[in-house]
Amino acid sequence: MKKWPVLVFILLLAVVPLIPGVPEFWINQLNAIGIASLVVIGLVVLTGVGGLTSFGQATFVGVGAYATAWLTTVHAQSPWLGLILGILLTLLLAFVLAQITLRLSGHYLSLATIAVCLIFYYLYGNMPFLGRHDGIPGIPPISFFGYPLLQAQSIYYLIWFVVLLAAWTGINLLNSRSGRAIRSLKNGEKMAQSFGVHTFHYKVIAFIYAAVLAGLAGWLYAHEQRAVSPSTFGINYGIEYLFMMVVGSVASVWGGIFGAAVILTLKDQIQDIAPRLFDTSTNFELIVFGVLVVLVLHHARDGLWPIVTGFFSSLFRKGGARETAASSWWSAAPLLDKKEKPQKDSTLLQVKAIRKQFGGLVAVNDIDFSVNAGQIVGLIGPNGAGKSTTFNLITGVLPLTSGAIVFRDKPLASATAEEIARLGIARSFQHTQLLPQMSVLENVALGAHLRRSAGALRSLLRLDRQDEAALLREAAIQLERVGLAGSMYELAGNLSLGKQRIVEVARALALDPSLLLLDEPAAGLRYLEKQELAAVLSALRDEGMSILLVEHDMDFVMKLTNHLVVMDFGTKIAEGTPAQIQQNEKVLQAYLGGLDDEVIVDEPPVGKAGNNEVHA
Amino acid sequence: MDWSIAKILMQDGIVTGVIYALLAVSLVLVFAVTRIILIVQGEFVTYGALSFALMADNQVPGNRWLLVTGGVLVFLRELWLVFRGKPAATLLGSALFCLILPLAVFFAVPAVLATEPSLWIKALLALLLVVPLGPMLYKLAYEPIAESSVLALFVVSIAVHFAFVGMGLVFFGAEGRLVSEPFFDGQLELFGLTWTYQSLFVIAMTVVIIVALWLFFGYTLYGKALRATAVNRRGARLVGISTSMSGFLTFLLSSIVGVLSGIMIVSFISLTYETGFMIGLKGFVGAIIGGLMSYPIAAAGALLVGIIESFSTFWASEYKEVIVFGLIIPVLLILSVTSRHDEEE
Repeated sequence: MKKWPVLVFILLLAVVPLIPGVPEFWINQLNAIGIASLVVIGLVVLTGVGGLTSFGQATFVGVGAYATAWLTTVHAQSPWLGLILGILLTLLLAFVLAQITLRLSGHYLSLATIAVCLIFYYLYGNMPFLGRHDGIPGIPPISFFGYPLLQAQSIYYLIWFVVLLAAWTGINLLNSRSGRAIRSLKNGEKMAQSFGVHTFHYKVIAFIYAAVLAGLAGWLYAHEQRAVSPSTFGINYGIEYLFMMVVGSVASVWGGIFGAAVILTLKDQIQDIAPRLFDTSTNFELIVFGVLVVLVLHHARDGLWPIVTGFFSSLFRKGGARETAASSWWSAAPLLDKKEKPQKDSTLLQVKAIRKQFGGLVAVNDIDFSVNAGQIVGLIGPNGAGKSTTFNLITGVLPLTSGAIVFRDKPLASATAEEIARLGIARSFQHTQLLPQMSVLENVALGAHLRRSAGALRSLLRLDRQDEAALLREAAIQLERVGLAGSMYELAGNLSLGKQRIVEVARALALDPSLLLLDEPAAGLRYLEKQELAAVLSALRDEGMSILLVEHDMDFVMKLTNHLVVMDFGTKIAEGTPAQIQQNEKVLQAYLGGLDDEVIVDEPPVGKAGNNEVHA
Repeated sequence: MDWSIAKILMQDGIVTGVIYALLAVSLVLVFAVTRIILIVQGEFVTYGALSFALMADNQVPGNRWLLVTGGVLVFLRELWLVFRGKPAATLLGSALFCLILPLAVFFAVPAVLATEPSLWIKALLALLLVVPLGPMLYKLAYEPIAESSVLALFVVSIAVHFAFVGMGLVFFGAEGRLVSEPFFDGQLELFGLTWTYQSLFVIAMTVVIIVALWLFFGYTLYGKALRATAVNRRGARLVGISTSMSGFLTFLLSSIVGVLSGIMIVSFISLTYETGFMIGLKGFVGAIIGGLMSYPIAAAGALLVGIIESFSTFWASEYKEVIVFGLIIPVLLILSVTSRHDEEE
């Protein structure tokens, strides 16, 4: 969202209660929307962006509300102490739940949130000291310097101040180092891990962030209503919060507030109109919400907010100069430190007799080879030769059956993807794994994740700007290095496949690796795109980078590599310079099925590749 | 508590537990084949139970309108798909299932009820009224986004659950219902306990359904197709098992299981339009104990849920739901520890 619509929104919020004749009911409704918005902002981060679906945010609202209700009535303490107790209890509950559920696949979290919401609902309803089903009445108002916020109008300002603060922290969080990690959780968890992102940690952060906002909403709710009872913290309310997010937006904090407004207004209207149409008591809003959410999921996956903003931005066509790298706020940031690089021609990676068996099938049969610093080594072979399995063994995706992999004198066997990234090995993926909704620059900045340490708390309060600037500048430098500086601000999903592959290389470079592992980098590229990629990789080698690539395209490999390892049926059948490999009987046999020698010698690409062999 | 009370509680627990077990097996089945967490399974139970209860009272259940409306909507969608290039020959089957069957049931229910039929006929009518809703639901809510993530499908399930609960209130009203007239009258002594024929009937029915499912999956082509889909969705599609067919069939099975459970459970527990959610979730607790994968463990887990529920009703009836749903926490903890192992291996 641009700056001025936010200012208009804040101005409107500030003015509404001051307009004479505004019914009290409106203010109450806006208060309810504000309180729900807090919960929904948390859900946008947790569920919309992070992909962790919680149906039980009402639990945390309940904990926040009951904590302050109990402390301020039974013990006659200040609401501010109630706030502290509520947040502490929310933190504790969220932390415990996170430890139990976040290591499992997502639907367990969702089921657990439903179960926990029900548990707490029945606990409130049966615990004598919490007033059982009657709840706790007579909660005092919040006071500021002795001035109690008794009126709907007065607590209105507090509520919306907190909502705007929460929106600000939410936006800060999403646009930061932690935010990029959270955004990778939904569709790119494995990818993020291979850049050293400890994804579990960021799941916990997103979960706790959402829980604390819900707890805060509970505190406001208790002091706005001045009474609490179990019914408003039941599972249906938890589900409604999620619906607000789904209907509003899965990506935008403002969209979350919009969703809360839509659902609550709709609910109010339905409860107003339905009894006039049907004489019996019905829960008509349940039917409407159910159908609405199914329709939104079918036809507007990202929620209704993008449709609204799309409509407005088509009204006010945006013009003006586009941001460029030189004019960006981060352009003067200090450069990131670089790791010490291995000496040229020293042995970087040694693969010693690695073996992988799937049951009785030997996919990789005691393969040996090594990669020296400053070399491009190609791993080739016909379909089903075991190239990708070998690649997965080296990148830690698959465990070894036997053998050893040594990188700069450190054994890699049983290292996780994260640890491998920390050692300075960066990789690309056979199917490009960029986050399509994020800009190219941010995608590349994710690669530099390990090179700065700004945590979530600092980013919430925007105290991470130095680190953030350095990371973005590094990303820009790497994009420049691969020749994509011009596409920096485009969404990664809008790039052509060829450019996406090069962005993957830039992201890998942002890790400051001493070894690049590229999994079929030329697959699916057009001829010109392949040439561009080859030029980029060749330039990287000239700068001293070492590269191991798995590839199908013979022409591409022959021109580019210093050294080739050829596999067939899981076994290494040849190794040597491209020129040697081209003459190798076994290789020709494997690729061409033992055709007449003369035919092979006459094959034009082979001859051409041989002539171009300048690096070997 | 002495031994005799324990035995009675155990008996109670087993009778409800077998029904939870049935639901748990069906939930695992739906999840394995379609990746859908079928929260709405609980509503199949209440819709089946409450239509049965209304008919046992000689009233015509209002949900016959839902059957017709749902049928028309599915048929319109099929028409649209034919317009978009689906073979027109499929329309005949759709018309039969979406228009003829619902309309026939719509008019048959009051006509048959007027003849004051036996409880068995009423149970059959309840099946006819509610079971087609399962496949219709799949066609309308899930099929258009069948390839979405597990979590998106889960949100759809919750939304559908909302809509079904809302409509349930319209059709069945807010009061709880129980069918006091049993299928079989009488009782017998076994293991020092008195068993009504009705409770033995429930246990026997469950066993029959589980054996029927086992035969279906083991020995029929469609059953094998569903198993193939559960093991490898893409592979199954490559050999011609359509996602749409397996979804339709799975939902048919799960709504049959749901409605039968409802008809059985309403003979000893009073149900309201909302109760299905809780019953379904208890099935889920069982299914989760089986890691949403293993049928026997899910069934055993659900049986355990029934027994624990029965004992906690005796010891701490107010906290019975807390105890039952609290079971999920240690289970998830164990799953979490063991699954981390798997990833590292």
